[in-house]
Amino acid sequence: MKAFTLDHAADAQDALDALGAGATAIAGGTNLVDLMKLQIAAPDRLVSIRRTGLDQIAPDGEGLRIGALVTNADCAADGRVRRDWPLLAQAILAGASPQLRNRATTGGNLCQRTRCGYFYDTTQACNKRAPGTGCGALGGFNRIHAVLGTSDACIATYPGDMAVALLALDAEVLTQGPDGERTIPVGQFHRQPGDDPSRDNTLLPGELITGVRLPAPSGGMQIYRKVRDRASYAFALVSVAADLAMEDGRIARCALAFGSLGTVPWRDRAVEQALVGETPSPALFDKAADVLLRDARGFGENDFKIVLARRALAATLAEATLSNPAKG
Amino acid sequence: MRLPFSDMYNRPDERNLLDRTGQGLIGKPLDRPEGPLKVSGAATYSAEWNLPNCAEGVLVLASIPQGTVREIHADPVLAMPGVMAVIADKAMVRRSAQGTAGKAPAQDVTTVEYFGQPVAVVVAETFEQARDAALALRVDYDPAEKPVPLDPESPQAEVETPSDSKPIEGGDLDAAMREAAFAIDVSYDTPGHASAAMEPHVTIAEWQDDRLILRGSYQMLSHNVKEIADCLSIKPDKVRIIAPYVGGGFGSKLGITHEAVAAAVAAREIGRPVRVVMTRQQVFQTVMRRSETRQRVRLAADAGGRIVGLGHEALVSNLPQEDFAEPVTQATEFLYGGDNRLLKVEVARISRLTAGSVRAPGEAVGMQVLEAAMDELAEAIGMDPIELRKRNLPATVPVEGTPYSSRMLVEALEAGAKAFGWDRRQPTPCQTREGDWWIGHGVASAARVNMMVPAEARVTLNPDGSALVETDQTDIGTGSYAILGQIAGEMLGLPIERVKVELGDTRLPAGAGSGGSFGAISTGSAVMRACEAIRETLAKKLGCEAEELQLKDGVASGGGKQQPIAGLVQEKPLAETGSIKPGKTAKDFSQASYGAFFAEVAVHAFTGETRVRRMTGAFGFGRVLNAKTARSQCLGGMVWGIGSALTEELAFDLRDGHLVNHDLAEYHVPVHADVPAIEVILLEERDAAASPLQAKGVGELGICGAAGAIANAIHNACGVRVRSFPLTLDKLIDQLPDPFAPATAKVA
Amino acid sequence: MHARVNGTEHPLPHDSRRTLLDWLREDLGLTGTKKGCDHGQCGACTVLVDGRRINSCLSLAQLHDGDAIETIEAIGSADALAPLQRAFVAHDGFQCGYCTPGQICSATALMSELAEGWASAVTEDIAAAPVVTRAELQERMSGNLCRCGAYSNIIAALEEVIAAEGPLRIDAEASA
Repeated sequence: MKAFTLDHAADAQDALDALGAGATAIAGGTNLVDLMKLQIAAPDRLVSIRRTGLDQIAPDGEGLRIGALVTNADCAADGRVRRDWPLLAQAILAGASPQLRNRATTGGNLCQRTRCGYFYDTTQACNKRAPGTGCGALGGFNRIHAVLGTSDACIATYPGDMAVALLALDAEVLTQGPDGERTIPVGQFHRQPGDDPSRDNTLLPGELITGVRLPAPSGGMQIYRKVRDRASYAFALVSVAADLAMEDGRIARCALAFGSLGTVPWRDRAVEQALVGETPSPALFDKAADVLLRDARGFGENDFKIVLARRALAATLAEATLSNPAKG
Repeated sequence: MRLPFSDMYNRPDERNLLDRTGQGLIGKPLDRPEGPLKVSGAATYSAEWNLPNCAEGVLVLASIPQGTVREIHADPVLAMPGVMAVIADKAMVRRSAQGTAGKAPAQDVTTVEYFGQPVAVVVAETFEQARDAALALRVDYDPAEKPVPLDPESPQAEVETPSDSKPIEGGDLDAAMREAAFAIDVSYDTPGHASAAMEPHVTIAEWQDDRLILRGSYQMLSHNVKEIADCLSIKPDKVRIIAPYVGGGFGSKLGITHEAVAAAVAAREIGRPVRVVMTRQQVFQTVMRRSETRQRVRLAADAGGRIVGLGHEALVSNLPQEDFAEPVTQATEFLYGGDNRLLKVEVARISRLTAGSVRAPGEAVGMQVLEAAMDELAEAIGMDPIELRKRNLPATVPVEGTPYSSRMLVEALEAGAKAFGWDRRQPTPCQTREGDWWIGHGVASAARVNMMVPAEARVTLNPDGSALVETDQTDIGTGSYAILGQIAGEMLGLPIERVKVELGDTRLPAGAGSGGSFGAISTGSAVMRACEAIRETLAKKLGCEAEELQLKDGVASGGGKQQPIAGLVQEKPLAETGSIKPGKTAKDFSQASYGAFFAEVAVHAFTGETRVRRMTGAFGFGRVLNAKTARSQCLGGMVWGIGSALTEELAFDLRDGHLVNHDLAEYHVPVHADVPAIEVILLEERDAAASPLQAKGVGELGICGAAGAIANAIHNACGVRVRSFPLTLDKLIDQLPDPFAPATAKVA
Repeated sequence: MHARVNGTEHPLPHDSRRTLLDWLREDLGLTGTKKGCDHGQCGACTVLVDGRRINSCLSLAQLHDGDAIETIEAIGSADALAPLQRAFVAHDGFQCGYCTPGQICSATALMSELAEGWASAVTEDIAAAPVVTRAELQERMSGNLCRCGAYSNIIAALEEVIAAEGPLRIDAEASA
């Protein structure tokens, strides 16, 4: 860890001033301190935003506004979240460990960086960490990497769970910056790598996440299915977030998002269109998977994710729609 | 005091003394005496000694696979705040010492032999300063002109037969395979494993004139003293190691590693104590790995399921010149019959961190593969896998003809089967579906060689009727504190509260150290013998024959006389040093601990995720010294079996040889949620050939075959046979039955 | 800037790089809290901050101004063990002992979380108060690695303490 100054912002404006002057925001620090120890991140100026008051969960019309500093644990423990947006609580609880969730924040979790082993190792080439050095994962050990949204420059996934649920729930990221407030749909928050993998998201310089807004509850069946190598405390190989409603034996409405499958939390409206209005069946689920995976490309070790995504989607849709949902 | 036997354990001690003593401590599930310290955070581990003026060292690792260090740009780093030294001394080691090496491993860090090898240590006032400086240090390298391959499967890799591992051949295996009613010829592979002890490797080095004191996390102190002394070209008697608590080792702390020498060299250079703690990533990259293996198993059986041919050939790897080669076929030598045999291990010379002992070297990976192949044979024959095993236990060790000292494999299979409910298992796969999960059951035998090594211990009986046991034996979680106290209390007739045990200091007599499951039986036997010497004196003082002497609750009786033990000791404590060395019994008998594993797994019909739902292990390892700590050893081994079966794998990038998953986030040791309530059955057994205690080793037995039971259960659940460990879902998913297919299966 | 550690106020360290873990261990001598990975991947460094369990290795000490921190040393000493510590000894919920303080701090917080009705990833009905099953305890302890493999014994210790004095009852049916 390189030496740095640490200031404590008294309020949001104070924080914005510091960000404007080039400081990096720290909240829970569970990802940033990890990266700083390895000098993958090496800010020379940190500003703590822990005292900026952005730690409230409050109603927002029929929806809910979750402050950027609300911890993952508090968000998942909130009675309203658990009742009306259970998908979000499930996704958060599927991630990390209780200790990490007690410290990690809503805003910080959105900005979580990839777990790519080449990003995490400063002896290796990585365009995300050190632009222009190449991508070590291409041709390397890429079992956990993306099969959708990749580029020649980067195949790393966004590793988190919370954002995948937020994406399926049509949530928005609220920010404040030098040019005022912005509302960014979660689907437009994370950036596919393209030829500049160093920028994970669309936050602008000096901009601060102030919270996340959930729209009115959908009332649908909500399922977060996370598939991973351990039963707990492991990043997803593939995850599926589903919010789905049935009517007269047909799928009336559905939102599906996928984690650790693409370079960003992945949502493809064409998949949902393929399902809506149809009677659920294994064949239909297969058709939806065909749509989802039409452009999927494996890189060797991660080829299995294409099969896994198909089967995880089928399992999720079967659980949500078939009359005798099979429970494990 | 003259005892009726020599140090060498040349003939089985059939007196069975511990069954005739009366204190009732042996075998009892007593709590660990150091438990209160450990659960309250008061046990002092090696990094936690508070030495005044101690500086902090952080290792710098090579970022190339092979070559030489051309230049270390120390000046900019020396200018950083708090930095005192950048050291790349010739004494520093490139490799870790192997267990019981007793001499320096390869030294001189200007040569780089594998990616991640330490090349320097940076010393600063604080850890934060040293860590920053270590990452800032620029090192220039010249790549090796003739690099050795990075991949054991490379055609360029030199393949050797290890010096201490001659192939075992008998009869004509090829012919047996051709003519057999049933023949299995399969190849399995297992990946590299990391010990991943929870306490990272650490040394605090302190020089007092020409004497060196190391507080470090090591398993075998008497050997470690010699290793470090050899590295520094000083006499071993100038080195003292203190290690009362060791946060796990599992082989990785058998020999001294890089941080120990770096700390000693740095402390000498700056004239202050220096602490070097390896980061978790460094532990993964540089300490020790279990070799990956490729194993070919051939099994030929007659129509009655009797094995007539057995082949087990393995390719493992290590650095050039390294003696150690994962002894994959170690248990295969004696476990099952079959006169036509070929057992062979070869080692490929590659550039990767040192391969060495990781919990149960040999059996951990050899048994899991052999037992998976046995399941394949049982399936081919259509025979119950337990019956197949029972039918193939030879009367004496094949080829050699050595008798078994004791072998409770049949008893373990039967006791385990009964407790587990094996009779309810469906013999054919894909028969039980619970919701989205396929359920299956598997069995495997457990076997692990028993070893005794030289050990000494001193026991002092005090005038107040208390006793003190002293040895440099370590307790790495194995229960040394508990069982050594129990042995002394039992032998001297003292309540356990009256016995104190001091360990982990080389000023004390040299115990066996912790490794190879030999700590308890070796050092325990030394304690027993010291106590026997004390008993001789007590008998004499009481005025009876040693044979007649009874010691219980602090009272001595015999020959019609009775007196408090304290009264017999009088003013001067009675101190005796007991000693034992392996002798003829080690050659006259095949000695091993045995057992059986039973696993119930659930395999997700869609995703291939596997969960171990139940696991039972039944074990016979001679006398149980402490039923609580022995059970915990078995439990722990079975958790390792779960990891080996399902999640653990070192992933090397074959382009530059670097270890990709070098942390605990990506090298997946099992977590709580992966481990069900495990059932352990301890069988009563006595094995006089193994040790005077009639006990055998237990520390590693629980892993030896466990992963095979899980693999077999997965096959029984979903019909997929994966011959590549770990059995991660990516290897299953393509072969799983259609999850929507109308079940031929019974739905539970 | 100060934090209260086990009931005593201490000034926070000057070096902004110092983590809460290193501050506790190196500056305050509270070495019961262990460093296993230094990256939030093992749980050995678990402490309670304002009653909540966190990985002290991933938290900068200077971010704890005004916080109340409890470490294993506050939970119980060797001669005055807390019920959970006694249960760990009785059930052999440790071997080498290195992960143990973290396990116990974690388990202490776990009981509060259950009392508050927090759900987990294995809670059947996420909107309802959790039923304490073995699977719940396993999931909630999964942030604490134990390489010795004492997991079964740790859960047994935890079950005993919860059954004996926790506000919650172990649901034997659901645990089976």
